[in-house]
Amino acid sequence: MSVKVRIPTQLRSLSGGAGEVEVEGGTVGEALKALDVAHPGFTERLFDENGNVRRFVNVFLGEEDIRFLEGLGTPVPAGALISVVPAVAGGS
Amino acid sequence: MREGPFVEGLRCRECGRTYPAEALHVCEWCFGPLEVVYDYEAIASTVSRERIAAGPKTIWRYADLLPASAHGAVDLGAGLTPLLRADRLGAELGLSELWLKNDTVNPTGSFKDRVVSVALTRARELGFKVAACASTGNLANSVAAHAARAGMRSVVCIPANLETAKIVTTAVFGGLVVALTGNYDDVNRLCAELASEHPTWAFVNVNVRSYYAEGSKTLAFEVAEQLGWRAPDHVVVPIASGCQLTKVAKGFRELYKVGLLDGEPHVRISGAQAAGCSPVADAFESGADIIRPVKPTGIAKSLAIGNPADGGYALDEVRRSGGAVAAVTDSEIVDGIRLLARTEGVFAETAGGVTIAVLAKLVRAGVVKPKERVVAFITGNGLKTLDAVAADCGPTVTVSPDLDSFQAAVNVTDWQ
Ligand SMILES: Cc1ncc(COP(=O)(O)O)c(C=O)c1O
Ligand SMILES: [Zn+2]
Repeated sequence: MSVKVRIPTQLRSLSGGAGEVEVEGGTVGEALKALDVAHPGFTERLFDENGNVRRFVNVFLGEEDIRFLEGLGTPVPAGALISVVPAVAGGS
Repeated sequence: MREGPFVEGLRCRECGRTYPAEALHVCEWCFGPLEVVYDYEAIASTVSRERIAAGPKTIWRYADLLPASAHGAVDLGAGLTPLLRADRLGAELGLSELWLKNDTVNPTGSFKDRVVSVALTRARELGFKVAACASTGNLANSVAAHAARAGMRSVVCIPANLETAKIVTTAVFGGLVVALTGNYDDVNRLCAELASEHPTWAFVNVNVRSYYAEGSKTLAFEVAEQLGWRAPDHVVVPIASGCQLTKVAKGFRELYKVGLLDGEPHVRISGAQAAGCSPVADAFESGADIIRPVKPTGIAKSLAIGNPADGGYALDEVRRSGGAVAAVTDSEIVDGIRLLARTEGVFAETAGGVTIAVLAKLVRAGVVKPKERVVAFITGNGLKTLDAVAADCGPTVTVSPDLDSFQAAVNVTDWQ
């Protein structure tokens, strides 16, 4: 299944400057693993030591945060867009 | 005696990477928030109850535990607000020792003066000449006022639907006030972008947020000092971003760490939200670790942050301490404002109504215990949200100015 992953500015040095990368994967987790194979370095930035998505990294499938879907196991339809978005730190 | 702050640098709360004490707020490795790191041993050997007592009657008496220097502070006199024993309200709620931390009397009428005084002091030390913020209202007031005081320019971004009073009391200070057609979370997102566009602006809750946040610790410091250097058993704190609650918890821990408290404090910390924006209360209720963002509604606009940056940390502090987070409806908020005013003579804005109504709810639920020493944080002034109570608070009667009319209309002959 071919899906697109949108890369935030802060991580584009890992993708050779690309804002969007096309990868293969049946789930969000597989797609992000494929991203690290194509552009090594993403895994350690996006996941903590236990393999969970870091607390201040948000991963969206379309408009929905995957934490409120099935997490990394969320199935991705062909052509889906996965976005990696650092949390907006700040506020009050 | 060493002068100036005991700051060693900044550290990521998530991955522990360290950074210099500059205008940085996010870890470039994992995007976690950066926190100020202190040399606690050096503080412990300097600070004392006497040194604090001899200091200014503002938050700056605790400068040893703040990330900026008291000399040349941007200071309108924030802090050292009254801690009021509230026996009448306590009796109504069924509490034997209730205290109110009355932050309605800060220079611009809210606890935000604490955080802004610290943020702009540090910003000025770092060479900034422009102060900026995203605000739900109280922060706007405070940034505009402190910037005026410091001779800095200010750029304040607010949701356009804010209460009129909060707009007027910001604009009067003469800075730029930008009303944005969206909710606070939209305003905040824009400010995050603006902060990278304008690196010479100090956004108090973006690029200098690590310093700003530390200001809320002074609430814990003052409460302990005012209780005779004892920690309370239970505090109730309103939650918007969750920053204040998180830092109040940190404040009590620090006092012990530097030797200002005799025993290790065990302060239960409970959080208060409005039902119109209760992402943290919902997560607490459902046992979730992560906070699902919401679209805020309702009268408690100062607490209307649907995607709270420190929500997860606030939840951790509450759970670890054995407290709770609860939410109350708009009508309970209005009742809370009126109950507080009627029993104790303190007029709070909607956030204070939220705190009192949640306190009442947690007493009924058995979370707050009747014999605990409880402190409720009343963080904003009622004059800012007159609309919340205007419909319920007018003249009792209107009569012509003569004795007969008065006697006929006002039947309180048993009042001696
Ligand atoms: C009066 C008042 N109380 C409490 C809060 C909550 O503070 P925090 O965002 O640190 O949770 C705010 C935030 O704007 C406020 O204006
Ligand atoms: Zn980090």
